[in-house]
Amino acid sequence: MYYVVTIATLVTMALALTRAFLGPSIYDRVLAANMFGTKTVLLLSVIAFLYGRPDFLDLALAYALINFIGVLAVLEFIRLRAQSEQTDRSDGGL
Amino acid sequence: MTTLFGVFMLTLLVITALAIVRTSHLFAAVILTSIFSLLMAANFFLLDAADVALTEAAIGAGISTVLFLGALALTAEHERVTTVKRLLPLSVVTVTTLIMIYATFDKPRFGDPEAPVHQHVAPWYLEKTPEYIDIPNVVTAVLGSFRGYDTFGEVFVVFTAGIGVMFLFSARPGNRKNSQRQATAEPGQGLRHYLVPRVVGRLLIPFILLFGLYVQFHGEYGPGGGFQAGAIVAAAIILYALLEGETQALRALPLSALTVLMAGGALLFGGVGIAGMLLGSNFLDYSVLAADPIAGQHLGLLLIEAGVGITVTGVLLSVFHAFAARGRV
Amino acid sequence: MTMTLLVDIASWILLSLGGVLIFTGGLGALRMPNLYTRMHAASLADTMGAMLVIAGIMLQAGASLATLKLAAILLFLLLTGPAASNALASAALLAGVRPDQATDSTAEDSK
Repeated sequence: MYYVVTIATLVTMALALTRAFLGPSIYDRVLAANMFGTKTVLLLSVIAFLYGRPDFLDLALAYALINFIGVLAVLEFIRLRAQSEQTDRSDGGL
Repeated sequence: MTTLFGVFMLTLLVITALAIVRTSHLFAAVILTSIFSLLMAANFFLLDAADVALTEAAIGAGISTVLFLGALALTAEHERVTTVKRLLPLSVVTVTTLIMIYATFDKPRFGDPEAPVHQHVAPWYLEKTPEYIDIPNVVTAVLGSFRGYDTFGEVFVVFTAGIGVMFLFSARPGNRKNSQRQATAEPGQGLRHYLVPRVVGRLLIPFILLFGLYVQFHGEYGPGGGFQAGAIVAAAIILYALLEGETQALRALPLSALTVLMAGGALLFGGVGIAGMLLGSNFLDYSVLAADPIAGQHLGLLLIEAGVGITVTGVLLSVFHAFAARGRV
Repeated sequence: MTMTLLVDIASWILLSLGGVLIFTGGLGALRMPNLYTRMHAASLADTMGAMLVIAGIMLQAGASLATLKLAAILLFLLLTGPAASNALASAALLAGVRPDQATDSTAEDSK
C-alpha cells in the first residue's frame, strides 16, 4: 500500500535534486534543498511504517525541525553577503 | 523492493557527490552538501541504523551547513579553478578503486548471519545486554557501557576540536579593511525584517529544546542519546541567534557559560569514571554506583549521556559564535 | 472486518492522492519558468501532499503513540513549510529578483 507514495516521493527527490543542479540563481537551489528536506521527512514517515518500526518517527520530527533551521541559515548568509558587498561598494572598493 | 530503494538512493548520492566536486560555485556546493547529508541519513535509515541516521541528520544536514556557510562568509564565493594536468593522482585513484572493487567480490552477502562481523562480540552484546544493563536500545548499551572508553575518547575529541577552533579564532584580524567595516556597520541583527519566519521561529524554539531533552533521555529506549540531543539543542539556540541577532543570543547564553558547558560535560563523564574507581571498582564501571548493579548501570548511562550532550552543545555553539563574530559585517 | 477494510481503502486513497500531489509539486518545481512560479508550485503541493500522506498513515496507525508523533510532525510541517517559503520569497524580492511581468494586451490596445 505504501509503495505508490514511496515511489512518488523518491521520484520527486530526484526532481528536486535536478533543480538544485540546474537552478540558475541561489534561491532556486535553496528552494530545491527545502523541498528535498520535506520529502525526506515524508519518506522517513512512510518507510517507518512500511518496515513496521513506528518508533523511528523521532527521526522524521528531527529532520522537519532541522530543515527549517537550515533554510533560515542560508537566507541569513545571503543577506549578510549582500550587505558586505554593498559596504564594499560604498567604501569605494577600499 | 528495499534493495531497489537503496540502489536508487545510492545513485542519487553518487550524482550529488559528482556535482559537488564539479561545481566551482562554492555556495551551490554547500547546499548540495546538505542534500548529500540528508541522502546519507536516509540511506542509514534504510539500513536500519536509526541512531546513526539521527546523528547524521542533526549534525550533517543542520549544523554543518550553518558552519560551512559561516566559513564561506569569510572567503571567496568561487573556487579558483586550476588547469594543471593531474595524470598521476588520477591513475593512483583509479588503480586503488579497481583494487577495492575487486576486494568487494569476497565480501559476505548483505545481512548474512554467518558473516565474521556477526560472530564474536555482537551476539555476546545482544545476549548480555538484558542481563547486565536491561535497556531496550542495545546501541546505547554498547556505546555507553560496554565500550565506555571509546565514548569517553569521543567526548574528549569533541572538546579538543572546540578548544582548537577557539584558539584559531582568537587571533585578531589585523586587516584595516575589516576594522573599518566593523566600525561603520551595525552589529548582527538577524532576520528582523522578516516577520513571518521570526514569529514562527520564536514559537518553535521551546519545542525544539523540549524535543532535544526528549531525545537526550529517550536514548535508552529508542534512537537518541547525547550526541543527537546536543546537536538539536545547539540547533535551537542557533535558530534564536539567526532570528534575533547574534548579540541577543550572546546575551541569552554568554561565551563564559559556553566554556563552562564545554568543559563541564567532559568533566562529568570523567567524574563518573573516577567515582567508579573511588567506590572500589574499575574506571567507568557503573555497577558500583548504586546498590543494585542494574540501577547503577542506568544511573551511569544517564550521567554520561548528559555529559556528552552538554559538551556537544557547548562546542557547537562556541564554534558557531566564533564564526559569526569573525564574519560580522 | 469491514471497518478495517474501509480504513484501508480510505488510507490508500489518501496516500495515493498525496503521492500524486507530491509528484506534481516536484514536476512544477522543475518545469516552471520563473523562481516565483517554482516556489508557488513547490510549497503549495508540498503542504497539501504532506497533509494527505500523513493523514493516510495516521489512519493506518490507529490510536497509539505513533499517531501522536505523526500529528506532531504534521503540525511542524504545516508551521515551518509556509514560513520557510515566505522567508525565501521575501529574501528573493528584497535582493531584487524580479518576477516576470506579463504584458497586458488590452492596455496596449487602448493606448
